Amino acid sequence: MDMNEIKEIFFQECEEQLAELESGLLKLNDGDRDPETVNAVFRAVHSIKGGAGAFGLDDLVAFAHVFETTLDCVRSNKLEPNHDVLKVMLKSADVLADLVSASRDGGSVDESRTRGLVKELEALAKGELPAGGHEAPKAAPAAPAPKAEAPAPTDDSGFQPIPFTFEGFGDDEEPAIEGATYEITFKPRRELYAKGNEAALLLRDLSRLGEMSINCDMEALPALDKMDPEASYFAWKISLKTTKSEDDIRAVFEFAEWDCELEVKVAEENTSDEELPMTPVPFDLSILDDSAAPAEEEKAAAPAEDPAANAVAAAETATGVAKAVARAAERKEAAAPATPAAAAAAAPQTIRVDLDRVDRLINLVGELVINQAMLSQSVIENDNTGTSSINMGLEELQQLTREIQDSVMAIRAQPVKPVFQRMSRIVREVADMVGKQIRLVTEGENTEVDKTVIDKLAEPLTHMIRNAVDHGIESPEKREAAGKNPEGTIKLSAKHRSGRILIELQDDGAGINRERVRQKAIDNDLIAADANLSDDEIDNLIFMPGFSTADKISDISGRGVGMDVVKRSIQALGGRISISSRPGFGSTFTMSLPLTLAVLDGMVVTVAGQTLVVPLTAIVETLQPETSAIHSFGATQRLISIRNSFCPLVDVGRVLNYRATQANPVEGVALLVESEGGGQRALMVDAIQGQRQVVIKSLEANYTNVPGIAAATILGDGRVALILDVDAVVAASRGQSLKPEMSFAATG
Amino acid sequence: MKKKVLTVDDSRTIRNMLLVTLNNAGFETIQAEDGIEGLEVLEGCNPDVIVTDINMPRLDGFGFIEGVRRNEKYRAVPILVLTTESDAEKKNRARQAGATGWIVKPFDPAKLIDAIERVTA
Amino acid sequence: MSYAVKNLVQEGRELIAFRIGDQEFCVNIMSVREIRGWTPATPMPHAPAYMMGVINLRGAVLPIIDLSARLGMKEAEPTARHVIIVAQVKTKIVGLLVEAVSDILTITDDNIQPVPEVSSELEKQYARGILAIDKRMICMIDLDALFAEKESEAA
Repeated sequence: MDMNEIKEIFFQECEEQLAELESGLLKLNDGDRDPETVNAVFRAVHSIKGGAGAFGLDDLVAFAHVFETTLDCVRSNKLEPNHDVLKVMLKSADVLADLVSASRDGGSVDESRTRGLVKELEALAKGELPAGGHEAPKAAPAAPAPKAEAPAPTDDSGFQPIPFTFEGFGDDEEPAIEGATYEITFKPRRELYAKGNEAALLLRDLSRLGEMSINCDMEALPALDKMDPEASYFAWKISLKTTKSEDDIRAVFEFAEWDCELEVKVAEENTSDEELPMTPVPFDLSILDDSAAPAEEEKAAAPAEDPAANAVAAAETATGVAKAVARAAERKEAAAPATPAAAAAAAPQTIRVDLDRVDRLINLVGELVINQAMLSQSVIENDNTGTSSINMGLEELQQLTREIQDSVMAIRAQPVKPVFQRMSRIVREVADMVGKQIRLVTEGENTEVDKTVIDKLAEPLTHMIRNAVDHGIESPEKREAAGKNPEGTIKLSAKHRSGRILIELQDDGAGINRERVRQKAIDNDLIAADANLSDDEIDNLIFMPGFSTADKISDISGRGVGMDVVKRSIQALGGRISISSRPGFGSTFTMSLPLTLAVLDGMVVTVAGQTLVVPLTAIVETLQPETSAIHSFGATQRLISIRNSFCPLVDVGRVLNYRATQANPVEGVALLVESEGGGQRALMVDAIQGQRQVVIKSLEANYTNVPGIAAATILGDGRVALILDVDAVVAASRGQSLKPEMSFAATG
Repeated sequence: MKKKVLTVDDSRTIRNMLLVTLNNAGFETIQAEDGIEGLEVLEGCNPDVIVTDINMPRLDGFGFIEGVRRNEKYRAVPILVLTTESDAEKKNRARQAGATGWIVKPFDPAKLIDAIERVTA
Repeated sequence: MSYAVKNLVQEGRELIAFRIGDQEFCVNIMSVREIRGWTPATPMPHAPAYMMGVINLRGAVLPIIDLSARLGMKEAEPTARHVIIVAQVKTKIVGLLVEAVSDILTITDDNIQPVPEVSSELEKQYARGILAIDKRMICMIDLDALFAEKESEAA
C-alpha cells in the first residue's frame, strides 16, 4: 500500500463521514438530542480533519477545525442545536463536502461562502461561551511544536514530510560537550508505573541529551517482605551536562510530569560529578535487550561501562518486580487454552471489494446461467430416454446456478440511503435559492437495490427534487394564504414491492395545474384542442418531450431539461414513472424500478417467428382470446372483453413492425399487462414458450437504444432474444410513436 | 523478536497509515476499530505497546484505556494516545485514564516510532 | 471457425482486405478484434436495412452490419461462407458482414493513392484512399467516419 492508496481510502472514508454528518445533523434538526448523535456528528468532522491533516490538506483542515470547535460547543452543551444553529451546520456540512471534493478532484470551492460560514460558525462558538474564557477558533489547528526539530525525513514508506505538531520528544543528536550542567531530581510516584511509564526508559532518554551521572536514592526501600510491588521506592538525583535547554529536559518527562516529583535547575559552579556518590547496583540488561525494537538494537546494546546504564538498570530492577508479577500472570494465561478467536465473533464483519471484481463475478455467473440453460436445452433435445440421473443432475445444477446468481446479486445490493442523503442537500440549496421553507422527510432509506440502479437514480431524482422545490411547493406566503403550514414538506420514500423497488416522491404543494398543463399541451401541439383526457392523462402529459410548465426557464429546474428526460432515464433503467396529483394538496411521483439490472424473470414468447422476453412483473395474467370476446373499435382498434370490461388489444408484432398486418387474436395468446399510469392492455403474441430467468444484456453497449425494446438476453440456444419494453409498447398503442422524434397525437 | 503494537482507531485512513508506518519500522501490527474491539482483540494479541485514538464510536479512547488498565495482565502496557486533541484537558483525561503518553496528529511516521520506542524497552 | 488477429506483428501499416461482390476493401488491422463465421442474427425492430440484427458474441450483444448495404450496394444474402469482421468503432464493437477476407496487407503511406474526384458523397464519407496491389484495386475504409452518422441517427 502506498500513500496514494491511503489517500484514496481517505476520500472514500470522507464520503462515509459526510453521509454520517449529514444524517446526524438532520436527526438533530428533527429534535433528536441523543448525545451519541452529537458525538457521531462531531466524530465525523473530527475524523475528516484528522485524515486531512495527515495529507496536508490545509484548507480542509482549517474549515473542519472551525466546524469541529463549534460542534464541540454543542457536544458540551454550551450551544443549543436549534434550527438556526443547524441551518448553519448543514450549510457547513455542504461546504465541507465541497472542500473534500475539491481536495480530491482539484476543483475550486466558493471561497466567499466558506469564509462566510467560518464567520458564522465562529460566532456560534463565541456567542454561547462565557466571555473571556474562550479562545477564538484558529484558522488552523494549534501547532505548538516549540522545539526545533530536525526536518521530518522522507522514509521509504513513501510518506512525504508533513506538517507536524509534536510536543516534547528530544532528539537523538549527539550533544556537544559544552553547555550547562543541570541538577535533576526525579522521584516517580506509583502512578507513573501504573500508567505504563518506566523510570528506566525516562533515564535512558535523558542520558541521550548529554553526559549524565545518576545517584539512586534507595533510602525508602523497605525489607523484601514489606515490599509493595506496585509502589515506587526510588528517587534519582541526576547531573546532566548538556547543550539542551531546561525545556528539552522537562520534555523527556512530559508523559510523566504529573506522576512524579521533578526538579530541574542549573547546577552550582562548584558542583561536579565526583560529589554525587554513585550507588553501585546490580543490573540485568537483558530485560532491556530482549524486547528492544528492531530499529533500536544499536542503542539498546548500551555499553555496560556507561555510568548511566548502571542506574538505568537499577531502575529496571525496581520496576522489574512489578513486571515480574505481570509476567507471571501472563504465563498463567498462556498456559490456559488460547482464546483469541473470541474477538472475531463480534458485530457483522465487512470487507471492501473492488467493484470491478464483483462485476467480473456477476458477468461470469451470467455466462454460467446461459451455459446451464444451453446445456439443459441440448440434453432435452438429445435425450429421448429421459435418463433420470441426468435430469436430476441438471435440475440440481439449475437450482445451484440460481442460488449462486442470487447470492452474487446480493453483493451488489446497497441501501438507497446515500442517494436520499444527497437529496437533502439539494432541497436545502434550492429552497434557499427560491426563498422557500422546505423539509425533506425520508423513509425506507435502508431499502436495498443494485448499485447500478442507485448510481443511475441520482440524476433523475435530483431533477425531480429540484422541480418539486421550485414548482411543486408554493412560497411561504401563498401557503399561509391557503391555510397551510408555511414550511412545505417533501417526502421521499423507498420500499420493496413485488420484486421491484418503489420510490415515491411526494410534495404537499399546490398539485398540478391541470388547466395550464392542458393549455400548454394544446399550444405545443401535443394534444388536439378537443382531446378528451382524464385527469390522470393530463397529469402525465408533463412527461411529454419538450413539455415544460415553467413560464420562464428558471435556473433551478430549467436548463431545457424536462420531465421527459427524467422519464427516459427511468425507463432506461427498466423502470416506470407516473404522477398522481390532487389540486391544493400536492403531487406524488411514483417510480418503480427493477432491483437489479442484471437479471429478470421473463416470459419467453414468440411473435412473428421471433423470440421475445416479456418481463414477468408487467404481466397480470395470460389468456386465450375467444372470438366472442374480440370487438372491433373504430377503424383499426380492437378491444377484448375481460370480465365485463373492455381492454385495448395491442399486436406486439405490429408495434415492432415484425409484420405488416395485424395477426388474428384468436390464433394467439393475450398477455394482460398493467402499464405505468394505470390502464391495462392486452398484448397479443403468437405463443408462449415458457418462463425463465434471463440475464439482461445491454443493447446500448454496442448498438443503441431501441424504442419498444428494453434490453437483450441470450437464450439457451445461444441466440440473442430481445426483452420487450412493455410501457413503450403500450404507449405506442395509445398513439405515441415509438420513434421518439415523432410528435404525439392524442387518441380521441 | 518483533515488537507487537495494537492500534485502535476508527478512521480507516489513519489505520492504514499506522499499519504502513509500523510495518515498515519492523513492528508487528494488530488493529482494532474502536474501544470495544480493542479490548476484545487485546486478550488474544498480547501487545508490547498500544496506540489509541480518543474519539471513537461505541467505546472512546478514555474508556478503552481504563479497560486496559483494569486488566491485570495489561495494566503496565504502555499506551500512547494518538489524537488531534492537543488541549490540556483532553491530555489530562487521557492521563487520568492511564495513558502513558500521547502523540498529536497529524503524526509524523518517524516521531510515532520514536514515541513507541521511548515507552518500550 | 474464428481466429484472433490481434497478435500479428505490426510493421508499417497493416490492413485487412476483404471482398464484397466484385470489389475489394480494407480496414486498419488495429480496429479488428477477430473474424468469425456467420451465424443467424436476431433482427432489430425499427432498424435500417443494413442492420442485420444482433448476435451473441461470448455473452455480449453484437450488432451485425451488412457492409454491402451500408456502402450503398445490394443487400447481402448471408450464407455459411460469409464472414463477420468484428471491429472496434469508437467505443462500440460491431460485426461487419463481408463475403470473404482476402488478404492481410502491409503497406506504407506511399502505397495509398487519393480517392478520385468522381466519388459520390457516400464514398467521400468513408473512403480514405485507394491501394493498387497486384493489379487489384482496394478501397481503404475509415470505419469511424462510416459510422459517425449512425450515432446521430440513433439519438
